[in-house]
Amino acid sequence: MIELSDVHKSFGKVEVLKGITASVEKGEVVCIIGPSGSGKSTILRCINGLESYDRGEISVEGLKVDRDAPSIVNIRTQVSMVFQRFNLFPHRTALENVIEGPLFVKKEPRAQVLERGRALLAQVGLAEKADAHPPQLSGGQQQRVAIARALAMQPKAILFDEPTSALDPELVGDVLGVMRKLADDGMTMVVVTHEMGFARDVADRVLFIDGGVIVEQGPAKSVLNQPQHARTQDFLRRVLHPL
Amino acid sequence: MKGFWRDAVEFFPILLNGVALTIIVTIGSLLLSTVLGLVWAMMRVSGIRALSMLSASLINVIRGIPIIVLLFYLYFVMPDLGVTLSALQAAILGLGIAYSAYQAENFRAGIEAIDKGQIEAAQSIGMGWWLTMRRVVLPQAVRIVLPPYGNVMIMMLKDSSQASTITVAELALQGKLIASSTFKNTSVFTLVALMYLTMSIPLILLVRHFEKRAGKR
Repeated sequence: MIELSDVHKSFGKVEVLKGITASVEKGEVVCIIGPSGSGKSTILRCINGLESYDRGEISVEGLKVDRDAPSIVNIRTQVSMVFQRFNLFPHRTALENVIEGPLFVKKEPRAQVLERGRALLAQVGLAEKADAHPPQLSGGQQQRVAIARALAMQPKAILFDEPTSALDPELVGDVLGVMRKLADDGMTMVVVTHEMGFARDVADRVLFIDGGVIVEQGPAKSVLNQPQHARTQDFLRRVLHPL
Repeated sequence: MKGFWRDAVEFFPILLNGVALTIIVTIGSLLLSTVLGLVWAMMRVSGIRALSMLSASLINVIRGIPIIVLLFYLYFVMPDLGVTLSALQAAILGLGIAYSAYQAENFRAGIEAIDKGQIEAAQSIGMGWWLTMRRVVLPQAVRIVLPPYGNVMIMMLKDSSQASTITVAELALQGKLIASSTFKNTSVFTLVALMYLTMSIPLILLVRHFEKRAGKR
């Protein structure tokens, strides 16, 4: 469903992606792990055209991702994104955040969108917060609203860019719980994360990225439990046993 | 003091005519400068190089010309080019254009103060440039822009007195006319100053209200 083939990307003189080739199948949960600065987030941002890429090709359901082409709107409505810092619209309530896309981009009828918006907020456990503004919500609650906002587009896949990295530790579980439920329901997900427990339990596949290349990939359990590559072993040792 | 009150009662109705014109010039040029300023600011942040450079140059040209020269140009030079404007039209046009540069820079600062993550979030749900502006950026920028906008309103109220240089009989000119025919300079100009101040005070309070609201979030 999402195909990347030999994708290169530089910021100025620094090449952050040095030939990424990967694919994500429908219904699959893929976790991308790796040290910071390795290009993990850039991959996600290229998939929905928040960044351009220099070489290679990315396609979503056969449609080429080109951030300057009109088709990018089509791709973005099919592939939603959840950000590290939530990026909720602070001037709108939780419910308004959720319905914004369906109402103004997809131009669906208001009554229908409102009903779905409330249902989605209930799904992420925030039915009673529909009328709260983002600054009144905790980080974990904001991120769950952001997930509801992504779901409201009725996307075919959701990209998660370190969704729990900006959260207090005790709030991480609520967000991961919502994500696990989505995975169980068969949502296609690409998750950049440092939560190895989540990757092990929920992901079908793990990609380990370092220095702009995919160093190792495979079924979650085998990459995380028996990493083959020395760099993967080193990274996992440091993440799992920081002391 | 007694003399002042007697003069005040006599001159106040005449000066009120001037107040009416002052308000018309201020509101007219405020509206014009707001619309033009928005256009310049939008061009500036459009991401289209030609538009952005055109707007930047326009702003610099406007900023580099004194208001009074702009007014003279519109009122005395335009007729030579075949465009005759009434004094009031020229005043509103001149002040509106002059202030559009400051409005534009103010609006641009407000727009650019919005977190980039907001724009990315809007894009990620498929919003185009205009929808992102209308639904996400501008509503948030308004809160930031309002306090300086209020200050511009106060400055425009006072600068409307420059319209007197091209014969618009607003408050300042009305005062000057009375003073030069009665020689009661002290009474007249004290009265004129008090009338400007009276009109400014509601605006000053408005700015304070805007500042409080902007500080809340």
